Amino acid sequence: MSVQTQFPTASAPLRSATGGPLLKMVARDVKVFYGAKQALKGIDLEIQENRVMALIGPSGCGKSTFLRCLNRMNDTIENCRVEGLIALDGEDVYGHAIDAVQLRARVGMVFQKPNPFPKSIYDNIAYGPRIHGIATHRDELDEIVQTSLERAGLWNEVKDRLREPGTGLSGGQQQRLCIARAIAVSPEVILMDEPCSALDPIATAHIEELIDELRENYTIVIVTHNMQQAARVSQKTAFFHLGEMVECDDTEEIFTNPRDERTQGYITGRYG
Amino acid sequence: MQITVLLLVLVLLTVIGFQLGRSRAAASVGGRTVELHSVPSYHGFYVALWAGLPALLLFALWSASEGWMVMQMVLAGLPDRLTQVDAQALSLLRADILNLAHGVNTGREPDPAVAAAAEQYVRLRSLGDWSLLVIGSCLAMGGLLYARGRITPDLRARNRVERTVNVALVICSLVAILTTIGIVLSLLFEAMRFFAVVSPIDFLFGTHWSPQMAMRADQVGSSGSFGAIPLFAGTLLITAIAMAVAVPVGLMSAIFMSEYANPHLRTWLKPILEVLAGIPTVVYGFFAALTMAPFVRGLGQGLGLDVSSESALAAGIVMGVMIIPFVSSLSDDVINAVPQSLRDGSYGLGATKSETIRLVVLPAALPGIVAAVMLAVSRAIGETMIVTMAAGLTANLTANPLEAVTTVTTQIATLLVGDQEFDSPKTLSAFGLGLVLFLVTLTLNMVALRVVQKYREKYD
Repeated sequence: MSVQTQFPTASAPLRSATGGPLLKMVARDVKVFYGAKQALKGIDLEIQENRVMALIGPSGCGKSTFLRCLNRMNDTIENCRVEGLIALDGEDVYGHAIDAVQLRARVGMVFQKPNPFPKSIYDNIAYGPRIHGIATHRDELDEIVQTSLERAGLWNEVKDRLREPGTGLSGGQQQRLCIARAIAVSPEVILMDEPCSALDPIATAHIEELIDELRENYTIVIVTHNMQQAARVSQKTAFFHLGEMVECDDTEEIFTNPRDERTQGYITGRYG
Repeated sequence: MQITVLLLVLVLLTVIGFQLGRSRAAASVGGRTVELHSVPSYHGFYVALWAGLPALLLFALWSASEGWMVMQMVLAGLPDRLTQVDAQALSLLRADILNLAHGVNTGREPDPAVAAAAEQYVRLRSLGDWSLLVIGSCLAMGGLLYARGRITPDLRARNRVERTVNVALVICSLVAILTTIGIVLSLLFEAMRFFAVVSPIDFLFGTHWSPQMAMRADQVGSSGSFGAIPLFAGTLLITAIAMAVAVPVGLMSAIFMSEYANPHLRTWLKPILEVLAGIPTVVYGFFAALTMAPFVRGLGQGLGLDVSSESALAAGIVMGVMIIPFVSSLSDDVINAVPQSLRDGSYGLGATKSETIRLVVLPAALPGIVAAVMLAVSRAIGETMIVTMAAGLTANLTANPLEAVTTVTTQIATLLVGDQEFDSPKTLSAFGLGLVLFLVTLTLNMVALRVVQKYREKYD
């Protein structure tokens, strides 16, 4: 709540200097402090539209902190201070044009542990559309619920029990429910903070497939500890180490031909 | 005197026993304590228990039976003309002997035989105390030596000590349970006596409460009427007013404390609010009777209403204030127990803080909040002092909060204050009321506990 921002009312480019796809989000010199402790030491990162960007790195390197800056979830943490520029479609997300609530409707989030609300499956999905007034009629809401569940690959499993509590689903189903819940407000970007770390391998495979499909319509940033997962689902990978972004490149490039020694050390399992 | 000495001796022997047991155990394996079955201090406790427990048991039995036994011996030595009488005279004789023995001046010259008996009583008691001291000390010493002799490296001292402690724990919980059962049974039996005189139907469904009865046959007085409906209606009215104050205020302050107040403010605010729970109810009673009631009456008169100077409204409002900390403190705990991940999930969807609280946090905390409110209701129903002081004693059957009403607890208090005779329905009706009240609050508490249990299953 006590986030202080010291941003110039700046805007960021919509394309990188070398051309290429549209830049959905841009971070310039992002620094984050928890009280006196600096967690991020000036991160520069460009997130391309309709791509999956994976953030990898050892525990405590600041990748989750960075992810939570992108939709201002750090605002809810006491003593957290963010400096630098983060832009969505060229617009400063900490600026006056957008507030945190609007931003989070455009940049959705899926958490490490599945966190369905203690409500019915239907109400879980309908929660976002209802508070944002997206659907005006019952039919529209029904349709949003159905398409969201379909996109999350959960519709066939739950269509007969939409009125049952979401907490009664299995872990993998709960996480897909949370993804469906995020999709239901039609965000532009979906942030995923280790979405599979609490799931078994089969549920993980399900979610990975889903991420690949979602790329068509959404820009996705995923934090993961699982390097195979990063290699499987992402097009771009950024390696974080001790609060710095060491290297960011095409995923293939990072895993086959890393430029930095630290990246190589981490992906070959020498430390982490 | 002898008893104090005995207790001191026991404490001393237990401490010595502990030390001896521990060192003996260590010595038995030449200091390599890992070879012992149990850690040396368990051997110490083992010896200490043997030294202390048997002597303590003897002491308890002795104290319970000594007075009676000595009295029997004294009575056996008295001439028949004194002892061959009816039970009442015999109990008078016993009281005389005891009074003389304790040097209480009864105001009349005692019978020489009785005086002699009293002297014998004193002698025997003193002899008994001395023998208790000697036997008890010997028993403790014997226990100590016996247990010390049994110490070997293989002795399962830990298991034995733990079993003894186990038994002690069971006994302690039994004491609590038996006391409760005893209270309920005494309530039940007195209530039965009441219901033998007044039919339960009249009691539960009668609408007129006027417990005054003639105490002597020649006395002029009403015959008494025990319809408890006005009391229960009054209780209900005041409880409803109290909850109407306590639930909104308590819940809102809980939401403020857990969701909006910064931690620094919260560490100040919560204890201050909890101080409200520490104020004696009789102080709330002053406040209700001297401040709130005149204020309510003044306000009512200003609005052109006829307000009695002792009104249900004043008592109910003050009782509500008293209950606020119950609701707020319990609800605050429940709201804090809602996982942060649920709030994050809601914020992550672009919900505002108030939407998150209204649509996610409160529904998730609802079972716990309901339980908190239930407990607060039981508290309000059982509250006596505020109502006695501020709402009056008139058993009006009314739904108008501006009139004086009375509650079950207030009536119980007034029925049992002052000189009583325990064969009059007037006095006994207090037990009838108490029984019904007990059943009501028991039901409420059970419902509240069930709700809490259900809630716990959900998040662990």
